[in-house]
Amino acid sequence: MTVEYDLPPIEAPGVPRARQMLERARWAAQAFATYDRDSVLRIVEAVTRAAEDNAERYAEWAVRETGFGVVADKAVKNKLCSRGILETYREHDYVSPRIDGDRKIVEVPRPAGVVFALTPSTNPVSTVYFKVILALMTRNAVVVSPHPAAKQCCSDAARVLAEAAVAAGAPDGVVQWVEEPSVPLIDALMTDSRTDVILATGGVAVVRAAYSSGNPAIGVGPGNVPVLVDATADLARAAKKLVDSKAFDNSVLCTNESVLVVEDAVADRLLREMSRHGAHLLGPEERDKVRDAVFPGGRFDTSVVGRDAATIADRAGIRIPPRTRVLVAPFDLAVKEEPLAHEKLCPVLGLTRVPTARRGIRTAEALLRIGGAGHSAVIHSNDPRTVMEYAAAVDVLRVTVNEGGSTGSAGFSTNLAPSMTIGTGFVGRSSLSENLQPQHLVNLTRIAYSTDPSEVLPSYAGLVPWAAPTGPVPAYPVASNLGDAGPTGPAATRPSSSSDSTAEVREELRRLIIEELTAIIKG
Amino acid sequence: MSFDYGEFSFDSKEQVLEKSREFWNPGKTDFWVESGVPLVIDRREDYFIYDMSGKRLLDVHLNGGTYNLGHRNPEVASAVASAMSHFDVGNHHFPALTRTALAEALISTAPAGLTKVAYGSGGGEAIDIALKTARHTTQRRKIVSVVKAYHGHTGLAVATGDERFSKLFLSDRPDEFVHVPFNDLTAMEEALRGRDVAAVIMETIPATYGFPLPEPGYLETVKRLCEQHGTLYIADEVQTGLMRTGELWGITKHGISPDILVAGKGLSGGMYPISAVLMSEQAAGWLTEDGFGHISTFGGAELGCIAALKTLEICNRPETRSMVHYISDRVGRGLREIQADYPDWFVGIRQNGVVMGLEFAHPQGAKYVMRHLYANGVWAIFSTLDPRVLQYKPGILLKPELCEELLDRTEVAIRKSWAEVRESGWRAEKAS
Repeated sequence: MTVEYDLPPIEAPGVPRARQMLERARWAAQAFATYDRDSVLRIVEAVTRAAEDNAERYAEWAVRETGFGVVADKAVKNKLCSRGILETYREHDYVSPRIDGDRKIVEVPRPAGVVFALTPSTNPVSTVYFKVILALMTRNAVVVSPHPAAKQCCSDAARVLAEAAVAAGAPDGVVQWVEEPSVPLIDALMTDSRTDVILATGGVAVVRAAYSSGNPAIGVGPGNVPVLVDATADLARAAKKLVDSKAFDNSVLCTNESVLVVEDAVADRLLREMSRHGAHLLGPEERDKVRDAVFPGGRFDTSVVGRDAATIADRAGIRIPPRTRVLVAPFDLAVKEEPLAHEKLCPVLGLTRVPTARRGIRTAEALLRIGGAGHSAVIHSNDPRTVMEYAAAVDVLRVTVNEGGSTGSAGFSTNLAPSMTIGTGFVGRSSLSENLQPQHLVNLTRIAYSTDPSEVLPSYAGLVPWAAPTGPVPAYPVASNLGDAGPTGPAATRPSSSSDSTAEVREELRRLIIEELTAIIKG
Repeated sequence: MSFDYGEFSFDSKEQVLEKSREFWNPGKTDFWVESGVPLVIDRREDYFIYDMSGKRLLDVHLNGGTYNLGHRNPEVASAVASAMSHFDVGNHHFPALTRTALAEALISTAPAGLTKVAYGSGGGEAIDIALKTARHTTQRRKIVSVVKAYHGHTGLAVATGDERFSKLFLSDRPDEFVHVPFNDLTAMEEALRGRDVAAVIMETIPATYGFPLPEPGYLETVKRLCEQHGTLYIADEVQTGLMRTGELWGITKHGISPDILVAGKGLSGGMYPISAVLMSEQAAGWLTEDGFGHISTFGGAELGCIAALKTLEICNRPETRSMVHYISDRVGRGLREIQADYPDWFVGIRQNGVVMGLEFAHPQGAKYVMRHLYANGVWAIFSTLDPRVLQYKPGILLKPELCEELLDRTEVAIRKSWAEVRESGWRAEKAS
């Protein structure tokens, strides 16, 4: 035996400590996986409250730090991704065993473990909220790695949520965050075997890296959303929905409309209606200037992402009417070399006219060939045959009908799962086809009995292997001869269960907030 | 199979043992072979050591906490290896980059009141520095330690400890080194009453004595007695420091700000020897009066300072502290479950964080358990000065699955050692 001496490995600064976060997260996940439903709900409720209490503050902070989007819209998204998510899933149970008597199967939920959550710069804090709350609902630990352009607001938000979680009884380290994200650091955490699942929201490079990591990953592709308006549509309604959606947070949601495809017969009327809501139809020269500003040299300039219409017009050197929210840029041919046929993530809406709805469907298909496969499409139509044909032909996994795409496909104004992570399916090179939701972070152990009729499923009623923690997790290491008097004793740090009257007040508040949110979305 | 390590080689493990007897230490070499632990550590990584035979052992001895961060911790190893392209041992005469940086790092994380650092190359030397410092400050000679204490083997340190190690070398000095029973406040007060004691030196939990825990209030009262009688309190944190109790220094869990704090073993990161003495401003007078008062060529060697800086940084991470609490919680619960199955054999658990002493009913009980642990892939050592008690010291970065594995192996070893002891005809005295 001849010993070979290797030099010790040298890792990039911050990487060893970040790996330790995963290790700490594993401890937290292991402990959290034994919590019962009530305890989980109490933790999620506390975290949700902390998140919504800070919704405006982080909306302002995110816009200030990234330069993207609209404060008021970000505040709405932050609320949707906190209170909205909790209320959507409150009645779902991702914790307790489920008994299927007919199939003689009992399902025991098993959390993923350690979730490594990458969050984007466009929807920074809302995505932190969303992923943290999803992870906690399903008893997972989560390490958040924000986009470098949004690291301050996201780190602070993750810290606030982490503190709220632990104060409500969650295991220490259940929510952690990377303060100084870097490429080597993210690569190290993605490929580390202690990461149980990666939730990658961001650019194509990040998503591909997640899928190449060797770890289970849920990453989604980019969008390029066509919106078809046919002759049967309610044009006034379609125009308002479309402009509101396109203007929402300056188009940073990947579900926002990219190109309007409209039947010739109704095009002028639709555009007139749209102009009433703040859309400005660009003339050919203006269009060319805007195209050059957004795609200088034919390449998308990411610095226009989430800027408002006035700023883009200013950069393009054109004058637009006051209160313009959306710039409409007409082009004839939906092909790859037409920059305006690509995803834009700013309030510039491509426009192409088609002679018939059928031709419009072909055009939408063409747009999806350029980009956005598996993502989403919108249609304004009152003919279910056209909707069906559209949905069957266009390479998307969700079609929002007679509603804005931004909030519609993201599930905030439709009954799709409300989500900041939109599955693009196999066609969009993703393992996920739905909107990301809590169930995607849970596995089930299935107890299966013989199909032999003589084998009877015994009663599992009331058998729950999980329990509430009896104190802080982990217990503080008090010397063993100090007995039970130390912090390992009664659940001193747990919030006492609220009295009936405060519970009622809370319930009322919750109802009011939901109404308010619904009103905002439905516009 | 021969073993070629580049600079040297051996034909076999037997040859190593033979030459170890011949050229190194026949007593120690034979002791382990006869104890059923014929270990020659070859490869080492994480919390594993491998015998030359390839046998893998999960290390919960850690050489007293030296391998607190695991063997060849990659961060410490790469810090030291990188530093070798710039630094060496350094020159103790001069101010030094690394010694200054480490001193600042130590002081900024130390209990309140500690302001200066002196360095040694090992724990014993650091204890000697601490005792000399106390004598200089108080101009008194006497040192009080506890019976069965262990503070190292250098000139002064050895005299504070059990006579097993001092008498051998005619180094016991009962006139200057007073030993009082642990947890006995009356004896302590008696010893201090003459106002001629320079220092009381205490391990926060006496390791080699099997980690008997200080009774509630004991250390706090000793500190108060020290203050009353003009005596300095020296906290020997060589084994209880560096997060092992779930706080950086165990003494802070008692709310005590010692006059002098001694760190060693784990401070080295297991990679480059170094020890440190942290002193209060009041105790540190000699560093101003005669800065050359204590000289040590290798004391605070610069590569050791690099190892210590990285070690300290790792220990101070919030992630590390959280993990120690988890490990302590998990292993403690697991041990109590095992204890419930063998209550007549496994009679006690002394635990503060990941500092643990497991008590067994037989007077040499820990030696049986040690042997069975060894056979089952775990390395833990009996307490030299109380062989009923097994020192059980999981690392502060031990992974969750290794905690489970450790408990599984421990359960088997405890079960088998109990069977062996019962088969030997030994019966526990009920009342003992």
